[in-house]
Amino acid sequence: MAEQTLLRQSPLAFAADRLAEVTRATGGAVYIAELPFLTQLNLRLDPKGPAAEAGALELGVPLPTGPGAATSGPAGSDELTVVWLGPDEWLVIGPPGTESDLAARLRSAIGDEHAAVVDVSAQRTTLELSGPRARDLLASGCALDLHPRVFGEGASAQTLLARAQVILVGRRDGAFRVLVRASFAAYLVDWLIDASVEYRVTR
Amino acid sequence: MMLIPCPWCGPREEAEFHYGGQAHVSYPADPAALSDADWARYLFFRDNPKGPFAERWNHSASCRRWFNVIRDTVTNEILAVYPAGQPKPVIA
Repeated sequence: MAEQTLLRQSPLAFAADRLAEVTRATGGAVYIAELPFLTQLNLRLDPKGPAAEAGALELGVPLPTGPGAATSGPAGSDELTVVWLGPDEWLVIGPPGTESDLAARLRSAIGDEHAAVVDVSAQRTTLELSGPRARDLLASGCALDLHPRVFGEGASAQTLLARAQVILVGRRDGAFRVLVRASFAAYLVDWLIDASVEYRVTR
Repeated sequence: MMLIPCPWCGPREEAEFHYGGQAHVSYPADPAALSDADWARYLFFRDNPKGPFAERWNHSASCRRWFNVIRDTVTNEILAVYPAGQPKPVIA
């Protein structure tokens, strides 16, 4: 029997060239790229219980306590980001390939407390948006106030971007992460590329 | 388009929500004892007021929590928002 090799392919691997073209065409005003295969763990527990304390201690990042918040640390390639999804629900985002290890660490830290740690890394892919017009580009498809005073670093929201359900996370230096379901990713990239046309540099 | 104040996420546009029908319709304590007419009344009969109406909404595009809203069916004005399971507030 022929040996089978299964290759993991990110939902937007086919679009990398088209996204790079956006940066070229806009003269760097908008930079869009996929960050494939980021670790994503869905964490559900009582925010006031001992499990919350144990989980935050193991992650080294406090769990954001209210809507619209995201916490990160430590900066670098091991950076973890925790996004508030609901009153008892968080999304832990980490570097690619660490999902099993991170889930095991969280589960053993939480022990027998009432909690759930679920690996949802394959559910969504991540787009990184930056550049001076990235905010304007997102604002053209999103009803939320994205002004830097309201939605800066450490802000997060689950909302609709061009009718697609996304998680927006505000990053350093006015950059954004947009987490979108794998099946919506191609559509969202088509929309982003089309919406970025107005920032093209005319020669 | 209505702007609905989610008790968790704050005001968001209507497209992010799912409608859940009339609030405070409780499951019969002893369903087996109900006559067919009473069962039909529980399943299918809902208030249809012209004015304030207590209804359920789910913020499906964001925090996915259910909550109750009192909405004026004439003006779409939202008079109160309160968590699921709480008694209906008195609207003057």
